[in-house]
Amino acid sequence: MIWRRLVDLFRRRRLDTDLDAQLAYHVDALEAEFRAQGMPADEARAAARRAMGGVTQIQDAYRDQLRIPVIDTIRHDVRDAARAMRRNVTFTVVVVSTLAIGIGANTTVFTVLNSVLLKPLAYPKPDELVALKLSAPGAPGLADGLRLSPSMFRTFADRNRVFQSLGVFVATRSTVTDVGEPEEVRAIGISDGLLQTFNVPPAAGRWFVVGDHLGARRPPPTPLRQYTTVILSYGYWQRRFAGQQSVVGRTLTVDGLPKTIVGVMPREFRVVNADTELIFPLAFDEPRFTLAGFNYQGVARLRPGVTIPQANADVASLIPVWMQSWSDGPGTSPRIYETWEITPDLRPLKHEVIGGVTDVLWVVMATIGLVMLIACANVTNLLLVRAEVRQKELAVRAALGAGRARLIRGLLVESVLLGLLGGALGAGLAYAGVRVLLAIGPVNLPRLNEISVDARTLGFAAVLSLLSSVMFGLIPALKYTAPGIAATLGTLGRTTSVSRQRHRVRSALVVVQVAIALVLLVSAGLMIRTFQSIRHVEPGFTQAEHLQLLRMYFSQTAGTDPERVTRMQHAIQDKLASIPGVVSAAFGSAMPMEGFGPNLGVVNFGSIRAQDQVGPASDGGPVRLFKYASPGFFRTAGTRLIAGREITWTEVYDLRPVVVVSENLARELWGTPSAAVGKYIRHLPEMPWHEVIGVVQDVRENGVYEHTPPTVYWPTMSASLNARAGQPNAIRGVTFVVRSNRTSTPGFLNQIRQAVWSVNPSLPASPRTMREVYDQSLARTSFTLVMLAIAASMALLLGVVGIYGVIAYVVSQRRREIGIRAALGAQQGELQRMFVRQGLALAGIGIVAGLGAAAALTRLMSTLLYGITPLDPVTYLAVPVVLAIATALASYVPARRAASVDPVEALAVE
Amino acid sequence: MATEVLHGTLDLMVLRTLDAMGPQHGFGLAKRILQVSEGLLELNQGTLYPALLRLEQRRWIKSRWGVSENNRKAKFYELTTRGRRQIREETASWELTVALMAKFLTKQAGEP
Repeated sequence: MIWRRLVDLFRRRRLDTDLDAQLAYHVDALEAEFRAQGMPADEARAAARRAMGGVTQIQDAYRDQLRIPVIDTIRHDVRDAARAMRRNVTFTVVVVSTLAIGIGANTTVFTVLNSVLLKPLAYPKPDELVALKLSAPGAPGLADGLRLSPSMFRTFADRNRVFQSLGVFVATRSTVTDVGEPEEVRAIGISDGLLQTFNVPPAAGRWFVVGDHLGARRPPPTPLRQYTTVILSYGYWQRRFAGQQSVVGRTLTVDGLPKTIVGVMPREFRVVNADTELIFPLAFDEPRFTLAGFNYQGVARLRPGVTIPQANADVASLIPVWMQSWSDGPGTSPRIYETWEITPDLRPLKHEVIGGVTDVLWVVMATIGLVMLIACANVTNLLLVRAEVRQKELAVRAALGAGRARLIRGLLVESVLLGLLGGALGAGLAYAGVRVLLAIGPVNLPRLNEISVDARTLGFAAVLSLLSSVMFGLIPALKYTAPGIAATLGTLGRTTSVSRQRHRVRSALVVVQVAIALVLLVSAGLMIRTFQSIRHVEPGFTQAEHLQLLRMYFSQTAGTDPERVTRMQHAIQDKLASIPGVVSAAFGSAMPMEGFGPNLGVVNFGSIRAQDQVGPASDGGPVRLFKYASPGFFRTAGTRLIAGREITWTEVYDLRPVVVVSENLARELWGTPSAAVGKYIRHLPEMPWHEVIGVVQDVRENGVYEHTPPTVYWPTMSASLNARAGQPNAIRGVTFVVRSNRTSTPGFLNQIRQAVWSVNPSLPASPRTMREVYDQSLARTSFTLVMLAIAASMALLLGVVGIYGVIAYVVSQRRREIGIRAALGAQQGELQRMFVRQGLALAGIGIVAGLGAAAALTRLMSTLLYGITPLDPVTYLAVPVVLAIATALASYVPARRAASVDPVEALAVE
Repeated sequence: MATEVLHGTLDLMVLRTLDAMGPQHGFGLAKRILQVSEGLLELNQGTLYPALLRLEQRRWIKSRWGVSENNRKAKFYELTTRGRRQIREETASWELTVALMAKFLTKQAGEP
């Protein structure tokens, strides 16, 4: 019924003409009838009209039937409100833009939050997907838990009773040489079962089939066979092949060998978080499986109805099976792994994808929400001032019989109109804001490609504008329509000295604003202090901006013989070092914070044993990070040598068993760095003992936030690691590092490319600087800092404006009183101080309240802080001082105007 | 003696007439209602139209434009399923009212 009336409301004009047509027809028909009965023409017409009744009355009755009383009044109110808004353009612009900025900022952040945290993952039935994680509390040094080895994958895949399917993958880099310049691309090796687990159909071509995972035999010593097919990512397909369908079936040269492209994955497909360009099939060589080789991340799809604890229990029961089924070789015992206490730690895949940004996003959302509160408080204040000005109008209306509900509704309609205008503008701003946020946001923000403004975001903006308009509209509406308002009609317009009472609401609002601003300033302050502490951390390299990095992979075509590869790497190192302006050059398995993860084909971590170590003869024990460094690596990177020396080329070529260890490892095993030099360690029992020739400072391998893992630096060519029967092996995925003050200049980059290509023209050379790597590792922190700084500045600005507004208003209301005081001989300074004191008193209460709130709230951001506590004294002292100074200034400006009031003029006004 | 339309009865009259005649335009309806009332009802025929709109808003009837018997454009009203249900309910309630009133208005034994 109401609905039909609503519809009719919009058809009103048409229904009006409908009625007229029907009435005309009716009259004509009646007239015709009367004439047929023999009445003369004019008489018939008159009789017809009589029979119809009054046309105007009918029309009125008809229109009444079309009307919905409430809607009519609201239409009226809206018209009034719009008129009022047009009358006071400045006010409208200030309010609407304040709201638009607030709602825009909130909607922007909510868009990101919604896309990253709230929306389900872009896989079919995403709730069934779990990250197959293991923890190994007995093997410290595994920050992100223990990854899976190929033998574990085989055992779990064959024996589990809880998964529909499971697969593993490893992220790495590959070189593509036959499309354009040689290029290093991000690649992911995936096992059989992984695509089935994700269950995302390809955009073109097909998935890998079992045959793709068989691969071709390749020379020892890895448990991986050579693969022969690849799948392209959507982005790479578009970038390199312009999205041609014909690409399926074509050959691509990857790491020097031809591969057939069998498919393309769709745009939204990601392997967990990895933004990859190539996907290749892992071809596991099962007879070569050992227990070890923990390089792979697992993903599984739970059977319907299976819970994570059930799945954990099932995997836990398979770990002993795994230990009994495989071996690390003669002379080893699988019992080592018992001391590792390997425990399944499955979690929803979404947690794994979102990772560490949950805290950041909620903190940013909360801060921006607080800014919105401050903005609302400011708008409320403006509306209060306006209601005061319009008090006379309201009193008149009340006196003329307008009910309180009617007055409140009128004022609320006005606020809602303002709110909706602000919301509409804000939604528009959010479209732009999302783009800006993505530009300054962390590059490694998960699900970046999924961020977009959608219905839920727009709904959020709408709800936010409605809620806020009611919030800021209700206070003035209630206050200025209080019963008895009509009676005040007589006293209005005389500016008597205003009682404190009248300012109570406004003062309370200012206190709230100051308190919230303080919380935001403290949060921003804590982030700034965090950055300061980070700057004091020695990351293990110096002058990052002077370090040029070049990542490359030496494929089998570059040379199968490890010594040939090493000589080629050595030649490149020398060529780079001889470029003018280069201090030195070297290479290693990866620079700190580069985030390359495991280097395929070499051991990336493991336990070691010192020769003079007392205790059980087992080779188990804590897991250490293994890295590989060329001669001159530490000198070039700026990693301090604490004792001993770096390795030499002669030692590399002679395959001498020597290593460098990190300071914390030296201290742990031998007490002091100098005591470590000359000691011996080994990784596996069949290895020769390696002499420790040097100790280097601790390097923040996983970013400044993480403590340094105890590290062993092996030579880049070694007879021991991975090689059976003393076969030497060289690392093939390396980062060259060049120290020069000419980094990133076009001429220099060109010389670097020429240097690399003069040794081998098929190597990729896409350089970046260590500074970029370092900044990227801090992206999460800098993003939080920037967002909090923006929020805090907005809060400070709005807070200052709020205080200014209140004091200025108080001054304008008390002109008469000031005039009297001045006339009685009050000094200018005294008058000024009176108002500044009032501002400061308000700020003082706000600051005290804010300090309490901040102490409670900033604990939430403790995971984002480094080197300080959430109750950092410096921040908690500095921020109130800043705020107090800002307040003093904000009240001083209007106070000065007060003091300059001419008493004669002020008293003469009335 | 002609009488004014008793409040609320016009609706049922219109519905019942439409039920008996099928789709009909306003003029036809008015004519028929007056005919059936046999001069007992005094109706300003125009008041029919607000009533028709009300019935349509309640979805008891629906309307469409058509061509009348004398080849002019006219709006035809017809009953909806809801309207038929409404007739049944209203009729039942009217019968009840009539029966009830009859009991009070019939002269009881012993009354003068």
